[in-house]
Amino acid sequence: MTAVVRRARGATSGAGRLAAALLSPTFVVLGLVVGYPLVAALRESVFREGTDLDESGFIVEGSRFVGVDNYTAIFAGESAARFWNAFGNTTVFTVITVALEVVIGVAMALVMHHAIRWRGVVRASILVPWAVPTAVSALLWRWIFQADGVANALIGRQVLWTTEGWQAKFAVILADVWKTAPFVGLLVLAGLQIIPNDVYEAARVDGASPWRQFWRITLPLVKPALLVAVLFRVLDALRMFDLPFVLIGSRKESVETLSMVAFDEASSLRFGPAAAYATILFVYVAVTALVFVRLLGADVIGAARERSRK
Amino acid sequence: MSATQGNATLPRKILTFGGLGLILVYCLAPFYWMAVSAFRRPSDQFELTALPAPFSLDNLTAVFSPGVGFGRSLLNSLVVAGVTTILTLIIGVSAAYALARLNFRFKNAVAALIIATSMFPGISLLVPLLALFTDIGWINTYQSMIVPSLSFALPLAVWNLTAFFRQMPEELEQAAMIDGCTRGQAFRKVILPLAAPGIFTTAIITFIAAWNEFIIALSMVNDSTMQTATVAISRFTGAYGFDQPFGTQMAAGVIVTVPLVVVVLLFQRRIIAGLTAGGVK
Repeated sequence: MTAVVRRARGATSGAGRLAAALLSPTFVVLGLVVGYPLVAALRESVFREGTDLDESGFIVEGSRFVGVDNYTAIFAGESAARFWNAFGNTTVFTVITVALEVVIGVAMALVMHHAIRWRGVVRASILVPWAVPTAVSALLWRWIFQADGVANALIGRQVLWTTEGWQAKFAVILADVWKTAPFVGLLVLAGLQIIPNDVYEAARVDGASPWRQFWRITLPLVKPALLVAVLFRVLDALRMFDLPFVLIGSRKESVETLSMVAFDEASSLRFGPAAAYATILFVYVAVTALVFVRLLGADVIGAARERSRK
Repeated sequence: MSATQGNATLPRKILTFGGLGLILVYCLAPFYWMAVSAFRRPSDQFELTALPAPFSLDNLTAVFSPGVGFGRSLLNSLVVAGVTTILTLIIGVSAAYALARLNFRFKNAVAALIIATSMFPGISLLVPLLALFTDIGWINTYQSMIVPSLSFALPLAVWNLTAFFRQMPEELEQAAMIDGCTRGQAFRKVILPLAAPGIFTTAIITFIAAWNEFIIALSMVNDSTMQTATVAISRFTGAYGFDQPFGTQMAAGVIVTVPLVVVVLLFQRRIIAGLTAGGVK
């Protein structure tokens, strides 16, 4: 007995060291593939490549230090129009797709929650859009949205969906919502399943209508799960790349996102400006995440712990 | 009493079944259209009939015609996603165990940091890595795709595994330790075998995420023999210049997606448990 107690005590005091040992491989790898690039991007964003003339008119080759020039060029200089357009697209896509995904996802979760038979089949089918690679789903929607494709046949009109304009934005939003609303539905369903049934019974006894039950019981109780789902979706939508890139194409004004601009700059070897765009996107994502966690109280760790405990 | 309840639930039943039908159509119709288009003859690619008539495998054979090199792309995807998954599990299991079982200071901060890394936009990491890999001659190699893939795969796996380890009763290890096992032995001999389903599920989710990856593979590789399947499909060119070879692309899409869909259907219960516990894509 005493031996057990001693061993147990030994385990707690050594826990810190053991935890450090067990966690260190993960931290080394994440440091290399996430930490290093973030710092390097910040450093690179204050340099600019290419041939240039210095103050005395000599030709300088290679990258040189330009301070915040890359950033001022983005916010107010020659790239400003492109940046603000991409910033607007990114924000519009994020807000609209996440809003639609939440509405459709919650509706799907409610239906699945009330279904007794067929629930398994539907839950399986809901994983199909999630499993399709985004690049493949983009091609699939490009095919559906062809001029003589099935979308136009269904609505009986001739819309050139994949050309510049509002219709391209619409196509991207539709394709994104298709792929991710079911995923939101799954997360919300998991949240619904932990609501005890007697809460609804009590409400029914008190004569609350189903509509009222939804707004007063279901939504508040499912809010933690929903907030986490929304947070993940928002952060994922802010870095949207594959879908507009494959569905509409690169350098298309109406769908170009911040990720796409950064990618475009990097692939033309303008690493300095590319790093500046990437850093701005990173800050945008980080600020959004912080706002979610602080203001709306999205408790990512707590919600996951709650769910794994049940 | 039961009669009134039956009356009350009838419209509800209709609503539920209608809803289920809608969800099925929503999720499966576009996928169905991909499959139907894949099995049409290229000459009636733009037909709008609900079934391919006549049924044809021309598009499928076109995908594997020697000039396309799609077999090689599938192999590349398999190598990149497979190695990423294995590395991720080897590195991630111990971290997940520590987060689930040990009590140490800054535990929540550590967990938050790991989950936060998976939220970083891929492009922010890619730009410097692209410059670095260009310098050290890693462009067009497997490692140039595997290493950046760890940035999203590792946090995802650690997060999922932590949830699985936490679900296992702590008494298991305590019993093993009372019987004379060290913590390490208890982990190896008791926890790991019992956590096998969770580890397997995590492997599937990680593999799918790595298999579906696009922007890393697109940036790091410009040699067509090294590109992964998702990039290869997006770059298929038609025989007629500007024509996009949609039939071939849909066929390739079916080839890339069907194995995933089969795996997902076979293990749907576990995958859903993993996805909702992790809460991450």
